[in-house]
Amino acid sequence: MFLFRLKHIVRLGAKSLWMHRLRSVLTTLGIVFGVCSVIAMLAIGEGASMAAQQTIAQLGSTNLIVETVKPPEEKTDTGSQQTIEEYGLTYDDAESIRNTIPDVQVVVPIREIDHRARYLTRPEVAIKIIGTIPWYTEISPIRAIRGRFLSSVDLQYRLAVCVIDDRVAQKLFAFDDPLGLDVKIYGSYYRVVGIASQPAPAHTTTAFGADLASPGGASGVVGNVYIPLTTAKCRFPELDFRFSGGNRSAEKVELQTITVKADSSEQVLPLRDILDALLDRLHEKKDYQIVVPLEQLMAMARLKRIYSVVLGSIAAISLLVGGIGIMNIMLATVSERTREIGIRRALGARKRDIIVQFLSETLLLTLAGGVLGIILGSIIPSLVAYFGNMPTVITGGSLVLAFGISAAVGITFGLYPAYRAANMDPIESLRHE
Amino acid sequence: MAVVDIRKLSKTYQLGSVQVPALQEVDLQIEPGQFVAVMGPSGSGKSTLLNLLGCLDRPTSGRYYLGGEDVSRLDDDRLSLIRGKRIGFIFQSYNLIGQLNVVENIQLPMFYQGFSEQASAEHAEQLAVTVGLADRLEHRPSELSGGQQQRVAIARALANDPVIILADEPTGNLDSASGAEILGILDRLHTAGKTLIIVTHDTEIAARAQRIIRLHDGQVETELANEN
Repeated sequence: MFLFRLKHIVRLGAKSLWMHRLRSVLTTLGIVFGVCSVIAMLAIGEGASMAAQQTIAQLGSTNLIVETVKPPEEKTDTGSQQTIEEYGLTYDDAESIRNTIPDVQVVVPIREIDHRARYLTRPEVAIKIIGTIPWYTEISPIRAIRGRFLSSVDLQYRLAVCVIDDRVAQKLFAFDDPLGLDVKIYGSYYRVVGIASQPAPAHTTTAFGADLASPGGASGVVGNVYIPLTTAKCRFPELDFRFSGGNRSAEKVELQTITVKADSSEQVLPLRDILDALLDRLHEKKDYQIVVPLEQLMAMARLKRIYSVVLGSIAAISLLVGGIGIMNIMLATVSERTREIGIRRALGARKRDIIVQFLSETLLLTLAGGVLGIILGSIIPSLVAYFGNMPTVITGGSLVLAFGISAAVGITFGLYPAYRAANMDPIESLRHE
Repeated sequence: MAVVDIRKLSKTYQLGSVQVPALQEVDLQIEPGQFVAVMGPSGSGKSTLLNLLGCLDRPTSGRYYLGGEDVSRLDDDRLSLIRGKRIGFIFQSYNLIGQLNVVENIQLPMFYQGFSEQASAEHAEQLAVTVGLADRLEHRPSELSGGQQQRVAIARALANDPVIILADEPTGNLDSASGAEILGILDRLHTAGKTLIIVTHDTEIAARAQRIIRLHDGQVETELANEN
């Protein structure tokens, strides 16, 4: 019996909505846009918080990353044929930071070199050499999958050992077990002592990083090879020669990055100021920058909040306007169908039957709008992701919420017209032309 | 026992500050199976009486017993139930619902009494057949002639096997041939033992009735018994 009623009401509602197709479509547009913005809002918000989580995972929320940047060119015009430009972070900087700043858990100097590696006579593979210290694992999510990471013994004795990440392992060795084998890089052999997990590719590369790379730049880099910093220091030149217009120039950079890990996230921002003060005294030129993932995180949260507010207001306004439009149309429908209401009342329909009928019709209209909005709203986030370069995630929960919102709008704005319909005088409405 | 028993029934309308008496202390008893015509000039209270009999309105004073139950003081929901279960309406302008086909229109009163879809559909088809619309079951009202529409309306009025059938100028919108058809069906209903109350101007219809009640200024003027 209940099913019969539902079927009857839905069919009748669908029929009368279909009779006024254009009107129905125009009426639901407000709901469509409202639901659209709700879904887009939630998708962008969800995407932002996911990106934030990834950032935390990769860069560490308690990390401060000091990067070498090439200072602005000073036009000295000495006319000399050979100039060596020396800039960037130095081993001394790392040492000073370690010795002078309290509340620092670990200071990890990193030297990055783009180069090529080869195993036996197999083709060379472009890699990024990361010269660092064993405590690198403190500031990065990478872990040794097999074997071990670099040790302090490696560091102390400048051993020619390396830890390669799994992509490099696959590319270089294919089916051979890399552990214990030797990789040839820049004329020296390095023994593979461990295989590390691949970090997500969002790691910030320094501007300088690409300079030593093979033709084709850093784009062909397969993955990372970790070697002790001391080894890197004595086996790879810090000078990078460049020829342009007959001139030979060179750049000398000791370290690309020094990552400092604070004890807790509250200390990150004060620590940034201390670091800045210290480095400012040690460096003549502004050849470094301090990147704070925590700040990026907060900026992202701010952006997310702004998006939520803007899209939330759009959603609220269009849902309100859409709801009012629907109420308007339903009032018109009710007065158009006054006679039908009279007939139904004469044939035994109670007030609540009439209310149910018109409320269902409104619900049908808004739910149709909701479905349309969900379809459109699922497209918009992917456009935002594509053109706005922002990650978006549509969750099942947001679809359910959007559906719920359109139902709520239907009930809210359908109640009054339905109430009006139910309270018409049957005699009057039967007489209505 | 009278199926319709009206005692001192009055209805007064409030028009602004003026009180307009539409019906004044009408007494009327109708026995089961009777065919009653209600006549009178416009403004005589015919429609008011019909609305009260049809439980569409409540009297200002007096009592109305329908099938022995006092229905003059019921609330809206109870009145709706009475209308659906015990009264069949036939209107001058048919009053079918345009979006529904013949069977669905006839189903409507059963729908509100909570019949199952299948049972009501079967019953509705049966009724459509008895009024001679066996080949029009899926048609919409707009695809039917006036006479056919009125036949649908009669079938619909019979759907819940009502105690009384109220007809308001049932042939008023029809040509004489269709009108005669409708009257034939009404005669058949009367023969089958249904209680019919017809409001009409048409003396020809009135001539078929057992009783003719003439209203004037809200009061029963004369009551004739037809002995044909």
